[in-house]
Amino acid sequence: MNKSLLFSIAAFISVAAFAEDHVIKQEDRQFSAQEITVKPGDKLVFTNCDSVTHNVFSTSDANPFTIKVQKPGEATAVEFKDEGVTEVRCAIHPKMKITVTVKK
Amino acid sequence: MNGRENAISESAKHGFDVFNTKGLCVQCHAGWNFTDDGFHDIGVADDDIGRGKVLPGIPAVMHAFKTPTLRNVAQRRPYLHNGSEKTLEDVVRFYNTGGQAKRDSLDVNIKPLNLTDQEMRDLCAFLLTLSSNDKPVTIPTLPND
Repeated sequence: MNKSLLFSIAAFISVAAFAEDHVIKQEDRQFSAQEITVKPGDKLVFTNCDSVTHNVFSTSDANPFTIKVQKPGEATAVEFKDEGVTEVRCAIHPKMKITVTVKK
Repeated sequence: MNGRENAISESAKHGFDVFNTKGLCVQCHAGWNFTDDGFHDIGVADDDIGRGKVLPGIPAVMHAFKTPTLRNVAQRRPYLHNGSEKTLEDVVRFYNTGGQAKRDSLDVNIKPLNLTDQEMRDLCAFLLTLSSNDKPVTIPTLPND
């Protein structure tokens, strides 16, 4: 096994070992935080605590995603791999905003 | 709560119950201003995709339009984004049947409500209480400089 392969495996294990989940609640048509800083590989677990549906998404260059319609009680994990700033919104309720900063 | 118990009719009080429960109105017409400031497809049968023009990659906002306030709603007819419903009674009947268009983007709260005729009358009575006799506001003139 060459050194670069060993290094890659070690790096993967390192990231996997320290990746964290951060719960972001959607409650009263608000995110539970307006901004959060996470490390590459961390996940935000968007949890719908409202009695209405939400549709969390981002069109930012870093970590674009959409989790489609999320019914009350549902939770969805989204991994943030890319370093940078990701602006996350609810497509149905545009006043819901959270800024996610990803850095090592 | 302070206030006069007889400020609104018994029908309007029952209509408020319908608004918050069986009618599902409060799911979108929420809060002090009776709007969630959100966008929903309520099943109006036309080709206007509304919010879908702004967010073309999000199926949930196809045919979605912003929830209007219900303040002074009785004074702002016709109703719905294309003015297709002429009276409050027409709008209530529209919602009671679950809208007209059936499509994937339809909001989950748009479905047959099975409201009785009395419940629909009560709901309209409540909506009428949201109007006031405010004095017209004179629009100020901005300075040129």
